[in-house]
Formats: sequence, structure tokens, C-alpha cells
Amino acid sequence: MSDTTLPLPRLAAAEEAPRRTRARGYWRTVGRRLRRDHVTLFFVAVIAIIVLAAIFAPLIAPFDPSTTSIANRLKPIGYKGLFILGTDELGRDVLSRLIYGGRISLLMGLLPVGLATCIGGFLGLIAGFAGGWVNTLIMRIMDVFYAFPSVLLAVAISGTMGGGIGVSLVALTLVFIPPLCRVSEAATTQIRSRDFVDAARASGASSLSIVLYHVLRNVLTPVLVYASSLISVAILLAAGLSFLGLGVEPPTADWGLMLSTLRQSIYVQPVICALPGAAIFICSLSFNLVSDGLRQAMDIKA
Amino acid sequence: MWQYAARRIILAIPIAIGVTIICFCLVHLAPGDPVQNLLPPDASQEDVAYLKQAYGLDQPMPVQYAKWLAHAVTGDFGISIQTRRPVLGEVLHALGNTLFVSTGAVMLAFPLALVLGTLAAYFVGRPPDRIATGVAVIGISVPNYWFAIVLIIIFAVELRVLPAAGMGPQGSDGFDPLQWSQLRYAVLPVVATSLVPLGIIMRSTRSAVADMLSQDFILTLRAKGLRGWGVLRHALRNALPQVLTVMGLQFGYLVGGSILIETIFTWPGTGFLLNKAILTRDIPMLQGAMLVLAMCFVVINLVVDLLQTAIDPRIKRG
Repeated sequence: MSDTTLPLPRLAAAEEAPRRTRARGYWRTVGRRLRRDHVTLFFVAVIAIIVLAAIFAPLIAPFDPSTTSIANRLKPIGYKGLFILGTDELGRDVLSRLIYGGRISLLMGLLPVGLATCIGGFLGLIAGFAGGWVNTLIMRIMDVFYAFPSVLLAVAISGTMGGGIGVSLVALTLVFIPPLCRVSEAATTQIRSRDFVDAARASGASSLSIVLYHVLRNVLTPVLVYASSLISVAILLAAGLSFLGLGVEPPTADWGLMLSTLRQSIYVQPVICALPGAAIFICSLSFNLVSDGLRQAMDIKA
Repeated sequence: MWQYAARRIILAIPIAIGVTIICFCLVHLAPGDPVQNLLPPDASQEDVAYLKQAYGLDQPMPVQYAKWLAHAVTGDFGISIQTRRPVLGEVLHALGNTLFVSTGAVMLAFPLALVLGTLAAYFVGRPPDRIATGVAVIGISVPNYWFAIVLIIIFAVELRVLPAAGMGPQGSDGFDPLQWSQLRYAVLPVVATSLVPLGIIMRSTRSAVADMLSQDFILTLRAKGLRGWGVLRHALRNALPQVLTVMGLQFGYLVGGSILIETIFTWPGTGFLLNKAILTRDIPMLQGAMLVLAMCFVVINLVVDLLQTAIDPRIKRG
């Protein structure tokens, strides 16, 4: 909407102006900081490459990730110039499997965190805004889940439910709900006591509209920044579950699973054995550093 | 102080009860009938019903929970389906092995992290800070199970100086940490375990000390002519309570989250036990190990919280 042609009432325009300029100014500052942060930009590029490779895996991968070949088992890196990163214990091309494996890792990194952000963020919003016994009830339940180290909880849920990719998704989501709920609750409680919320209430706004228009947008930023830092944890945990045989089922190409099967060949091809873990590491490092850069640019304390 | 301590301990009770409920429910969420695993597939309906009654599985869930809890409180976690020995004994025995590795990792990681984190905070933005922050980010991002495998590749496969797995020829019963021939089995697990806490504690030390260094009382000290260690000493001392909380949490994570490293090194600790219990669907063992680990975590957090209030009188808890 252009602001010169429409004759707006003076009052509305005056109310609108400062808020809009400030909002634009903030994001412009964040953008400028990010553009100057070469480390973050570099790792954004790394993530982009991993994402593109995962999306276009069938076009990029030199071989089919599940075609086995008895004759070409555990061949070294660069074998015959065909298998750039060698082959695994069933003669499958490791590079192709790594490219396809990115799909699972990205899925397991993003989906549980996304789901937990919605559920945990929502619960935190309710707890923070309602206060009183609602807050006590929700937050004490979260405290109980906090009493489990995240690895233990994820392993226990996956282990008892029988493993598989669906169960891993549920387990990781459950692991991430309590911390996100806490962040969201803390932010909401802080915002709720601010003057502009009182002002909105005094001018007759309903609770729902206060939450939607005033609280949510202020809570969303810290919650999303915190959630971005959980992506790398999710990738590590998901690959760990697969490594234990509780995540993705073979023959799916997955980095954790590859690490666990190639481990049997550690004395034959030690370098190839280390490759899937290196992929997990690069992926998790990239997400960690980008999340750090984002937080610094947005000037939010951890 | 004592009032706070009492309050904090009382607050831990509902959490502990919640933990037992989760441990109990998890097992009952498991697909499949627990009795089916004990009987041959062609067992008759009467046999199934008889066994269900014998194990109390025909009773409503709250009753089953109450009975299970009553037994658990007295230390009776049932008999392991796999080894036919009491669960508690097995778990406690394994817990000792886990604590050995976690304590070793703590002794390696915590002092190093404190020194590096403090240096980074003192030289903010300069090369020492860059290096320390880089190491910290790597420590946080690295999958420790992969780091363990890389350590095995380097030290056991290529250099052949350290054993790749196990706990020595005698196993955990005759483990004598004073003898190098046995201690060497613990070296790689300890190093592999220490990387993550190293990264996390270095980071929080850096931010806590940097926070302190930017405060007015440090400016006063500098104006009085103090520099270097003289200033740092005051900053570190004030930053320590905050770092201590993170340390306690990390120790708890090491004890509770040892499953991956122990599985890789076949180190006979609680994580290894847990993994075995999952693979063999040994439900009493799974329940017992989880409960003991989660309770350890609750107690460690409680102790750290109390310790923190004891050493830092400024903290007035509401």
C-alpha cells in the first residue's frame, strides 16, 4: 500500500508511522549484519548445497543408492575412477548413498523441530499468558520430561516403541517440546507484563486479539531463533538413533545407518568408515553456525 | 538458605514421581503383548491368561503402577528376563562403570574448558578467542559417536597403541584403574565422551566471564591499577556459579546419555546395558535402567542447585 495517494485519517497515520519504520529498521540492521558476517554466509551456502543435493539426488548421484554389487565390495576411494568415495560392504556407491542420505538427515533435523516449535511454542504461550494454575500444570509436566537427558528419552521412546522413522520423528518431537515450551513461556510472561499489553487491554482488546497481535509476534522471534539452534541437535540425535538401529531401517540410505554398517569394516576401509559421520558433522556444524550468526545479528541472548 | 534447600528438595519429589510414571507408561506404550514374548507362539488362551494373572497384568493400570512403584521404592526392580538376575544389582554394577568414564571425562574437560573459556573472554575478538570459539563450536556440533569411531581409526586401527573396545581381559569385575594395562581401555571412551562437555562449558565460561568483564566493578579494579590475572580472578570468581550449573547439567547428561559411546566401545556401563535391554526386549531391565538414570539426573540437578546457592549468597531464590 503506497502511503501518499490514499488520504488516511491523520490519527491512524500517526499511529502507524513509527511502528512501521522501526520494524523495517530492525530487520534492515539484521540484514546488514548478516551480509557482513562471512562465516555465517559461507555456512548458509553449505546448507544450500546440502539441501539442493538432497532435492536433486536422483540427478546428481552417479549410481543408484541401493544397487548392490558383490564384485565391488569395500573398494577404496576413487576406485576405477567410478566410485569417487569408494563402495560399502554390499558394493553400493558411498557417494550416492551420502547424497541420498542427506534427505533423511534434513527431514529428521527440520520436521521434529518444526513440530515441537508449534506444539511447545503453543503450550508455552498458553502457560505464559494464562498464568496461575494453568502455568503451574503445564510447566511442571515439562519439568518431568526435563528430568530425562535428551539422548536417554529419545532412545527410550524409540526403543520401547520398536524403532522406525515414524517413531524417531515422534521421539525427537517429544524431546524438543519441553525446551521450546520453556523459551516460549519465559518470553510470553515477560511480554505480558509490558505496558503496551495493558494499554491494549485498557482500550478494550480481547485476550485472543492481544495474544495474536501483540504477544505472538514478540514471542515468535526468540522461539524461532532458539528452535534454529535445535536443528543440529536433532540431526545428531536422529543419526544416533539410526546408528543404534532404532531409526531408519535398512536399506534406506541414511548417514547414521551407514556409519553403523561401515563400522564393521573399520579395519578394511577406515577412511570410508569415517565418511558418513563427517557428513553428519558438516551438516550439524553448518546449522549450528548459521543459528549462532542469526542470533548475533538479531542481538538475542542465548 | 536452609529454607530454600528444604523447598527445593520438596519440589523435586513431584518430579521424581513424574519420572516413575513416565518410565512405567513407556513400557506399556510398547507395541505387542509383554506376555507374548515369554510364551511360545502356540500357547493356549488359558496359559496366556494364567501368566497375565501371575504377573498382575490383568489388573487396571493404576493398580499395576502402584504395585510396581511399591516394589521399586524398596529396590526391587524385578528380575532381568535375559540374565535372570535382579535388575537393580545389574544396573548399579553398570552405573559404576559409567560413572568411571563420566568422571574421567569431567576431569579432562572441565578444567580445560574453564581455562580456554576464560582466555577467550579475556582476548575477545582476538586470535585466542577465535581459536577457542572454533574448538567450542566443533565440540558442540560433532557427533560424539563419530568422534569415537575416528579415535578408534587413528589410535586402534592405524597406530595400534590403544585397544578399540572392551574393558580389558578381566572385564568389569577385576577392573583396576591403577594399572595401565587396564586403564588404557578407558582412555578412548573418556576422550570421546569429553569433547561435547568441553565445547559447551567453554562456551558458557566465555560468555559468563565476558559478561563480568564488561561490568562496572571490573572498570573500578582496572582504574585501581589491577591488570591481567588480578582482574580475571575477580571476573572468574563471579562467573563461576553460572558455569557450575552448566557443569552439573553436563555431568548429568554424560551419565544418562552414555548409550552411544558405550555401545561403540562395548564398555559395560548403563548405556550398554540399556542398548542390550532394548535389543532383547528385556522390559524389567529397560525400565530399571531408565529409572535409575533419570533419578541420577534429578539428584545431580538438585545437588548442583543447592551447591550454587551455598557458594553464591547473592542468589535469593523466590
